[in-house]
Amino acid sequence: MSASLLAIFYLISGVLFILALRGLSSPETSRRGNLFGILGMIIAITATFLSTGNFSTGFIYVLIFLLAGGSIGALIAYKIPMTAMPELVAGFHSLVGLAAVFVAISAFLNPQAFNLGVPGDIKLSSLVEMSIGATVGAITFSGSIIAFLKLRGIMSGSPITFKGQHFINLLLSLSIVVLIFYLCKTQSDSFFWRIIEISFLLGLLLIIPIGGADMPVVISMLNSYSGWAAAGIGFTLENTALIITGALVGSSGAILSYIMCKGMNRSFFNVILGGFGGEDISSNEKKKNTKPVKNGNAEDAAFLMQNASSVIIVPGYGMAVSQAQHALKEMVEKLKKNGIKVSYAIHPVAGRMPGHMNVLLAEANVPYDEVFELENINNDFANADVAFVIGANDVTNPAAKTDKQSPIYGMPILDVEKAKSVLFVKRSLSPGYAGVDNDLFYRDNTLMLFADAKKMTEDIVKSIL
Amino acid sequence: MEIDPFIFRLSIFVLSIFVGYYVVWSVTPSLHTPLMSVTNAISSVIIVGAIIAGLSGDIKNIFDTSNMFGFMAIFLAAINIFGGFLVTQRMLQMYKKKKKNK
Repeated sequence: MSASLLAIFYLISGVLFILALRGLSSPETSRRGNLFGILGMIIAITATFLSTGNFSTGFIYVLIFLLAGGSIGALIAYKIPMTAMPELVAGFHSLVGLAAVFVAISAFLNPQAFNLGVPGDIKLSSLVEMSIGATVGAITFSGSIIAFLKLRGIMSGSPITFKGQHFINLLLSLSIVVLIFYLCKTQSDSFFWRIIEISFLLGLLLIIPIGGADMPVVISMLNSYSGWAAAGIGFTLENTALIITGALVGSSGAILSYIMCKGMNRSFFNVILGGFGGEDISSNEKKKNTKPVKNGNAEDAAFLMQNASSVIIVPGYGMAVSQAQHALKEMVEKLKKNGIKVSYAIHPVAGRMPGHMNVLLAEANVPYDEVFELENINNDFANADVAFVIGANDVTNPAAKTDKQSPIYGMPILDVEKAKSVLFVKRSLSPGYAGVDNDLFYRDNTLMLFADAKKMTEDIVKSIL
Repeated sequence: MEIDPFIFRLSIFVLSIFVGYYVVWSVTPSLHTPLMSVTNAISSVIIVGAIIAGLSGDIKNIFDTSNMFGFMAIFLAAINIFGGFLVTQRMLQMYKKKKKNK
C-alpha cells in the first residue's frame, strides 16, 4: 500500500472519530456514533497492518498482544459497576499516557522504522515532537495513577500540600525544557530518559495537592492531556488519524474542565494549585452543635411525599456511594402511581466526574427525559412541594448565594430551599467536601433523614402506600 | 519554494481543535461520561504507532528493546480500545426514553 493511500485511510478514520463525538449530541444518535468510532479504529488498524506488508513472526506477536489486551479490556468493560466509572476512566487515561511514552521510546530507539533518521541522528523536529509526546504522556500516566488511587479510596482524598510545592513544579517543568534543548543538541539517550523520569515525577506532584472534591476537573484535565500526548506522537509519526484524534480529545477534555470549573465557580488555576477542601471542618464543627435540627424517619418522609403534588429529586455522590439509584427508581415509580409528578435535578459537578449521575440514573432505568440540568429545572423548585436531596450537600447550599465569606460563594446551586419542604438523606450532619456547613439543615421546613441513602430509600418505599 | 510538510500537519491539527471545540459543545451534558470513555477509546488509535514499532524488526531480533516497547504499547492501547468502546456501548444502551403509551 502506498503512503498516500494509507494517509487517506487515516483521514477516513479521523472523520469517523469526529462523527463518533458528534453522535453524542443526543442519546438517540449516540449508539450509531459509537459504531462510527469502532469502524474508524478498525480501518486505522487494518490499514496499518496492510501497509507494513509484514505478516511474519512479528505479526503473530502483534496479534497476541492485541488480543491479550483486548480481552482484558472487554472483561473490564463488562464487569465494571457504573459507580466505578470515574476510577475506570482515570485508569484508562493512565494507559493512553503510558502507551504514548512507550511509542515515543520505540521511535527514539528505532527511528528507521518510522523514517525519522538513524539513532544518533534523528531529525530535529521529530526529536522535539517525540519529547513533547513522551513528556505529556508520562505526566498523564502518573497523574492518572494518583487520580485513580484517590477515587478508589486507596489514597486519602484530602489534598497533600507542602511548602515550595509550586516552586518545585515550576523548576521541574523548566528542567524538562532545558533537557529537550540538550537532547536536540547532543542526541544523547541519557537526556531522553531523564526527560521521561522527570515527567513521571511532575505528574505525581501536580495531582497530589488537588482534593477529592475537585476530581471532576482533574479527570477532565487528564482527558485533555491524553489527547495532547496522542497529538504529539501523531506529529512524530506523521499520522493524520492520530493528529486529528489528539486535537479532538485535547479540546474535549479542556471544554469539560471549563464546564466543571464553572460549575464550582472557581478558576482553572485555583483548582490546579490545589489545597482546596478539608481545612475548615474543625471550626465549623464547633458552631453547628448549638443549632437544633428536625430529625425525621422513613414514615415522615413517605407521608410528606405522598401528600405532595410534585417532587424534585436531587441526587449526589452519596447516592452513588451507597448504590441507592435502584431503590430510588422504585420509590419514584410508587410516587408516580399515586399521581405525583417527579423529576430529577442534576448539578453540573454532582458526582466524581462529568455526567456521572446521569449514567447512574440511566442504569436504574430512569428515562433520560425526566432528568434535567440545573438551568432547565431551577425555576421549578419554587412550585415543588418536596425537594428530596439524596447524598448531595454543597450543590444545594444557599450560602453560595448570600455569604461572601463562604469558600463556595458564587457557585451556581440548585434552589432547593424554594421548595415547600426539603428532605435531606445524609449519614450525618458533617459538611460536604468543601468543608462548609449548610444552613438548610437547620430550617423549619427541612427534615433530616439520617441513614445510609440506600437503606433509607428502601424504608421509604415500604412506607408509601 | 516548497512548504514544509510539517505546516500541513499543523494546519490539520489547528483545524481539528476547532472542529473538536464545536462538536464537544454540542454534546448534551447528560452524555459527558460516555464522551470521556469514548474519547479515551479513540485516543488509543496511538496503537498504529505501536504496531509499526512492533513489526519493525526482523525475525532474529524480534525481542529487541524497541520492539518490546511496541508490543507493550499494543497491549496497553488494546485494553483501552476494547474497554473504552465496549463500556461506552454498555452505557449508551442504558439511556432510554420515557414510554409514551403508559
